Amino acid sequence: MLILTCPCCGVTGEETEFAPGGEAHLKRFGPGSTDDEFHGYLFEKVNPRGVHFERWRHANGCGKWFHAARCTVTLEVFGTYSAQTTEPPQDIKDRISAKRPGWSWREFA
Amino acid sequence: MKRYSAFAIAREAFRYHMGWERAWASPEPKKKYDAVIIGAGGHGLATAYYLGKNFGITNVAILEKGWLGGGNTGRNTTIIRSNYLQDPSAAIYEKSRSLYETLSQDLNYNVMYSPRGVMMLAQTQHEIRGYERTAHANALQGVDTQFISPERVKELVPIINIEGPRYPVLGALWQPRAGTARHDAVAWGYARACSAMGMDVIQKCEVTGIRSEGGKVRGVTTNRGEIDCDRLGIVVAGHSGQLADMAGFRLPIESVALQALVSEPIKPCMDVVVMANTVHGYMSQSDKGEMVIGGGADGYNNYTQRGSFHHAEETVRALCETFPIINRLKMLRQWGGIVDMTGDRSPILSKTPLEGCFINCGWGTGGFKAIPGSGWGFAELMAKGTSPLCDAFTLDRFREGRFIDESVAAGVAH
Repeated sequence: MLILTCPCCGVTGEETEFAPGGEAHLKRFGPGSTDDEFHGYLFEKVNPRGVHFERWRHANGCGKWFHAARCTVTLEVFGTYSAQTTEPPQDIKDRISAKRPGWSWREFA
Repeated sequence: MKRYSAFAIAREAFRYHMGWERAWASPEPKKKYDAVIIGAGGHGLATAYYLGKNFGITNVAILEKGWLGGGNTGRNTTIIRSNYLQDPSAAIYEKSRSLYETLSQDLNYNVMYSPRGVMMLAQTQHEIRGYERTAHANALQGVDTQFISPERVKELVPIINIEGPRYPVLGALWQPRAGTARHDAVAWGYARACSAMGMDVIQKCEVTGIRSEGGKVRGVTTNRGEIDCDRLGIVVAGHSGQLADMAGFRLPIESVALQALVSEPIKPCMDVVVMANTVHGYMSQSDKGEMVIGGGADGYNNYTQRGSFHHAEETVRALCETFPIINRLKMLRQWGGIVDMTGDRSPILSKTPLEGCFINCGWGTGGFKAIPGSGWGFAELMAKGTSPLCDAFTLDRFREGRFIDESVAAGVAH
């Protein structure tokens, strides 16, 4: 069972308290972008087996969005952090490096 | 290969059953094959079988990381139906269902296909309209389905409670020739037939890399050495993303865990398959007497092969309302499989940016029913480069906006 801590209100709860929101740190493309960029943004998901960064919402709680760094194989949560950022914070990246040496996810490593 | 028959059983009975041979060989991989299929689940084995049977290509290897049929082929709820909405889906699923009808004879292996009928309950006004629409679409597609009344539902399934206070049964979409089959036997039957044609089914052989040269596939690297091939088929369901990475392209797929469970065995009480999409549960009774129950898929990406506990709870709660007699049953086993979900809930059977490399994936929560049809079409695609069954399901349909939207027709994990 997946257990997350909401970085906004500090509450720790199991997954029924939260709603998954898909891949994190998406760069959005719209009018004026190339077909490749738009297709990549809409459809080409990373779908990693291992380290993953996702958006979650504390749906049955404070209602705020946040980010979570997680392992898709073991359901281990490396940490949660604010949604007001374009890349994972260094301390979360360090924590992942300690547990999953050599990890990479999209442009982050 | 010695044929299985009543005569063979009688013959073996007279010699202490010492004469049975192994159903398929376990050869060492050769250096080179005409075609290599990655993944010895139902879809991969069926592809190999029809490559040999329909196109005479028998220099084929089927590589499997674990054991034969140990992935989603051995983890599903064995339901076979073809009551889909869109024309391309109806074509491939109905082809599949019709191949299941004679599969035991074709393979000389009893896959225990049981056309017991599948009903999908309508429990809201919206669902009535949806299923009436599907029934009309199926009539035009030549798929035999009908919309039936609640009384007829009760007649077919005496244990059902059609007067549920929250979601009464208002009717059902009924496909009389749909049903179930023995899932392991489908994989075993195809493997035996492939082996008999001289193909190599190689288990415990994990692909670790895909080699290409000038944009064309050359072969694969495995934990049992390099294997060259002219054509490569990737048929690995939930792990398609990893293989696509090796081949250098990306897929519009997300992998999630889908789970199922069975109850303790009880006496026969329900001889059809019932799916209840609004309350999100479906159930059939296996030949052993266990109630086979399909649960929901997780909402987030994962590769855990077990699934979240609350989905099982929600499913069981819904089914206890629908079938009051099961509410004292004990659960016997629960398990999960990794399903590959596309955005439009339709599969991908396609060429890829790498020449000579083909991919068959995206069957999501409903791949078992499609095994023979998928193999039939994908073999044609690999042999000829085009197939009427597969041509709508290309990888670039997402880029072109040609979705085959089945998320409404199959709103529940199935």
